[in-house]
Amino acid sequence: MDEITGGGLPKGRPTLVCGGAGCCKTLFALEFLINGATQYDEPGVFVAFEESAEELAQNVASLGFDLNDLIKQKNLIVDHVQIERSEIEETGEYDLEGLFIRLGHAIDSIGAKRVALDTIEVLFAALPNHTIIRAELQRLFRWLKNKGVTAIVTAERGNGTMTRFGLEEYVADCVILLDHRVTEQLSTRRLRIVKYRGSFHGTNEYPFLIGKDGISVLPITSLGLDHEVSRERISSGVKELDDMLDGKGFYRGSSILITGTAGTGKSSLSAAFVDAACRRGERCLYFAFEESTSQIIRNMRSISIDLAPHIKKRLLQFHVARPTLYGLEMHLVTMYDLIKEYKPEIVVLDPITDFFAIGSKAEVKAAITRIIDFLKMNQITALFTSYISDEETPDQTIVGVSSLIDSWLSLRNLESSGERHRGLFILKSRGMAHSNQIRSFELTDDGIKIGALDLAGSRTQPTSV
Amino acid sequence: MENVKPRTRSRRPAKHWELRLYVAGQTPKSLAAFANLKKICEEHLAGEYHIEVIDLLKEPQLASGDQILAIPTLVRKLPEPIRKIIGDLSNTERVLVGLDFREQK
Repeated sequence: MDEITGGGLPKGRPTLVCGGAGCCKTLFALEFLINGATQYDEPGVFVAFEESAEELAQNVASLGFDLNDLIKQKNLIVDHVQIERSEIEETGEYDLEGLFIRLGHAIDSIGAKRVALDTIEVLFAALPNHTIIRAELQRLFRWLKNKGVTAIVTAERGNGTMTRFGLEEYVADCVILLDHRVTEQLSTRRLRIVKYRGSFHGTNEYPFLIGKDGISVLPITSLGLDHEVSRERISSGVKELDDMLDGKGFYRGSSILITGTAGTGKSSLSAAFVDAACRRGERCLYFAFEESTSQIIRNMRSISIDLAPHIKKRLLQFHVARPTLYGLEMHLVTMYDLIKEYKPEIVVLDPITDFFAIGSKAEVKAAITRIIDFLKMNQITALFTSYISDEETPDQTIVGVSSLIDSWLSLRNLESSGERHRGLFILKSRGMAHSNQIRSFELTDDGIKIGALDLAGSRTQPTSV
Repeated sequence: MENVKPRTRSRRPAKHWELRLYVAGQTPKSLAAFANLKKICEEHLAGEYHIEVIDLLKEPQLASGDQILAIPTLVRKLPEPIRKIIGDLSNTERVLVGLDFREQK
């Protein structure tokens, strides 16, 4: 989130967070305060106009936030402001000094640096004189600035206007829009920075989700492409394949794509790669989108690759999900969170084919770009597998994605003299001299065997790519 | 500002009024509210009443108890239910409605 805003929220100024019902504005504001208290030593005051302190504490407890503890430690004050319209009768001139006094008292009592007002629009519903309210709100935001606190103000989206009561006129410095959409039965939450005076910010929509630790925002890609590259080489898991790769294997931190029709051995090659990495003591995160963990382990045992010990040693972690389970963004954020938490050296996505079904070509390419950039920035080697339907002409989508990839291996079925052979061919591998031969690729009881192709008769020519 | 009348201990709930006026310092609005309130009480509250004035500038922590946002606010604590009247009480009609004098009769 800080990346998107170019450093976080503007200090000492109010930020407006608006969205429809259920867009988690409250959570956003609350997390801002909680993080301030727990990570930056900045106590906060949460003025809740709609929920009580107990309700809030309950809502966020499932995300691992202990509000009551923070309150006890005087790092947080939750002030529930209750205004009952029926209780109130207007009888003349008034102002909202009571609110100022309450807020000021709360801020001073714990030395708060962050304030959240959720949602201050309740004032408009409760008090009939909107002119007074508007004037007082203007005064409030100036007052907050003078007090030197950074404030988050939540509001509901209006019909055609940004907020129902025009709060954006007063909180003009930074406005964040939260959105919750359901498209094609997949629900996504997005946020967008609408204005942010005085600093650069991304103008796009960024997907986010509410995970088990609160709000996660997908980081933006560093379009500058200025990440460090490694010269180190790592084994593919199969010695002969390493030989084809300039004798040394892949570059660490590079991106690898293995394509092939069904049953050609893509997952097996991935498993060999992972097996070799775990043996080196490196952590691997395997995202499986088609087969279950136990099925993969069973299948790999048949070619003498035993992944179970690596899992036990916590060097290998599987994450299984069907792509159609949720939206593209949700997959991305989930992956991002897991990678951040687990810190692997190797990440495998097997296969990425089904992602093309849940997004347009452009969206999927954008998603893969983001993953690759994110992994490269962290020097994590990425391996992707994908089906292709036609060996001679790979689908357009694959070709589009392949331009992002450093090494592209193709597994093919080759027929000759009534026999079928599997062949492995390196379509490209940046930065190294690689073999241009098609080698035979076999899955045997003793593992993967790569050798010279022995075809009597006609030999299929590799298509130029 | 000081309290208007010494508190009596006799209990006649229907006729005993506990009123709290919240102000923030001696501003014109606050002074007007107090003056208006006294006048209304003397004219309309035949029974016993007790006005307590709370200056939030001196005691800010008392604002959350009665959920005070607007200043001035008059809170009718007794008889129940609690009613809140905001403003300088210049509109006597509204004050009477707000305090719900029908209970008196």
